[in-house]
Amino acid sequence: MADRKVDSPAALAERLDATGYLADTGLATGAFLAVRMGRPLFLEGEAGVGKTSLAQALATLLDVPLIRLQCYEGIEASQALYDWDFPRQLLHLRAAEAAGRHDAERLEAELYDRRFLIARPLLHAIETGDAVLLVDEVDRADDEFEAFLLEALSEFTISIPELGTIRADVPPVVVVTSNRTREVHDALKRRCLYHWLDHPTYEREVAIIRRRLPEASERLATGVAAAVRRLRGQDLLKPPGVAESLDWARALLELGARDFDPGLAAASLGAVLKYHEDAERVRAAGL
Amino acid sequence: MIGVLVGFARTLRAVGVPVTTDRLQSMVGALDQLDVTRAEDVYWAGRLTLCAGPDDLRRYDRAFAAYFHGDRPTAPLVPVKAVAAGLARPPADGGGDGEPHTAAVLSASDREVLRQHDVSRLTRAERDEVNRLLARLDPVGPPRRSRRFAPARRGRIDAGRTLRQLLRGGGEPARLLRRAHRSRPRRLVLLIDVSGSMTPYADALLRFAHVACRRRTGTEVFTIGTRLTRISPALGSRDADLALAAAAKVVPDWSGGTRLGELMRAFLDRWGQRGMARGAVVVVASDGWERGDPRVLAEQMARLRRLAHRVVWVNPHRGKAGFAPLTAGMAAALPHVDDFVAGHSLAAYEELAAVLSEQPSRRSTLRV
Repeated sequence: MADRKVDSPAALAERLDATGYLADTGLATGAFLAVRMGRPLFLEGEAGVGKTSLAQALATLLDVPLIRLQCYEGIEASQALYDWDFPRQLLHLRAAEAAGRHDAERLEAELYDRRFLIARPLLHAIETGDAVLLVDEVDRADDEFEAFLLEALSEFTISIPELGTIRADVPPVVVVTSNRTREVHDALKRRCLYHWLDHPTYEREVAIIRRRLPEASERLATGVAAAVRRLRGQDLLKPPGVAESLDWARALLELGARDFDPGLAAASLGAVLKYHEDAERVRAAGL
Repeated sequence: MIGVLVGFARTLRAVGVPVTTDRLQSMVGALDQLDVTRAEDVYWAGRLTLCAGPDDLRRYDRAFAAYFHGDRPTAPLVPVKAVAAGLARPPADGGGDGEPHTAAVLSASDREVLRQHDVSRLTRAERDEVNRLLARLDPVGPPRRSRRFAPARRGRIDAGRTLRQLLRGGGEPARLLRRAHRSRPRRLVLLIDVSGSMTPYADALLRFAHVACRRRTGTEVFTIGTRLTRISPALGSRDADLALAAAAKVVPDWSGGTRLGELMRAFLDRWGQRGMARGAVVVVASDGWERGDPRVLAEQMARLRRLAHRVVWVNPHRGKAGFAPLTAGMAAALPHVDDFVAGHSLAAYEELAAVLSEQPSRRSTLRV
């Protein structure tokens, strides 16, 4: 808990920096408010701009576990909240029967006990309290799920019909990410602090590459950042994010590049461009 | 301070950011944690709590500059304001904003706007007929397997239900209950051309889109012309006339030209590739009059087909005698279309509804 005492956005940015995550003022302010106000931070932006890594960095700096809930279409309560451990319940029932116990009511009470409950990410986060809960790619889940997420995130309580209500002593720090494949409902956003995460500026990207890959030379980092910047301006199907810049720089390092070598860069284009059309276009136009 | 913030909220609303009281309270809460005397902190406290999407950010920046730095808002604020608030007032400082016709369209009453593009002039009886036919659109269209389970007669064992049943029987071995994946209808995405040449059919197509929205949750509707506009939220109203009037308000480019290829790319970049078109049934309603380069359209249609489950092209002229897909856009798009149907008459819409809900036997069979 002591770790949650961050005094200002600048102090938080500094501590994020220490974990290897470089945040600008807006993001640092958002994360700071999320921690201090106990509100979920809703991060939207292109894939690979560092939404998920922020949650990881926050967990590291607060020294708490990161609990991740990956959303997908058709996800439902039993995968996000809790599930009963049916095989164990069945076993318990059998054991009781073998021992000659037949008092159905007591048996039933025993069956719906906390020890037979499997905590899925949301319940786990609420029980743990001191944790960072990452609700990843919430836009992939369907809107029924959103309503239910809203309920869990606004009160940080979960009611289990057979067991009662479980409440978080300390609300977890929540980071919700979205790639914007669809518009997330306004009611959920209203509960959150909203931040749009953009591609970093050239200087920041150089700094990020150098921070994450200390073995990369200044020339390699600036070369990659400049090339990625050009690629983003080229009207591609999937403009590369920071994750791709890092991959590319790492690939170039593996290939033994000391600085940004055009030949090696072209050979490792697959680390940044994930569409055949994009690669064709870039090869035709020149890197 | 509250007074200052309330004034700021008013400025924001005026430029189209829907600031509610609870959001404003959040901003106050955020400022409480930050340094009110620093402009940067005030900026971020507001941006993090009052905005809800990337579209809001630009408006927020402008309103912030206008309110706290005294910059006069630049001209394009006015149409945004009119669109957002649905104001039937002409812009205060008219002209020179590059979008005079938007303002003109909006200043007319809803009815008038509707009438402007409702040139097909259906009689009342005809319109009722259209609506009745449209109501036949089958909401359980081509199904796909959902990840969710439902009780079923065969399939995997449903441990939860079996256990509960066991318990009821006092632990006596009982019948094993089973569950199987549910199936859900695929998402339907409609892209409706509202350019000049499509004007006579826009109204009927939008009605069709409205029924589709009502019947299938998750249906998305866009208009294409000189711009791409998402109108599905506007079509939310149960009443067709109200829904169409709401849609008319948000579409800025009735009866303009068409840049099909570019807008198709805009749709795929912004929405389609990220998930909306994936596995969906995508309907493009257009006559294929392309002002831009048809090669761009061909490229984008190929891209769309790789993403979508099925691509249906509706061309109102297809039903007419002697029709041949000769417009450059149509010729470019046709190789990448699964179904090619007409859209000029009631019968054509009936056919379209049938096409949408049927399971295609083979993906590559094009019906021309």
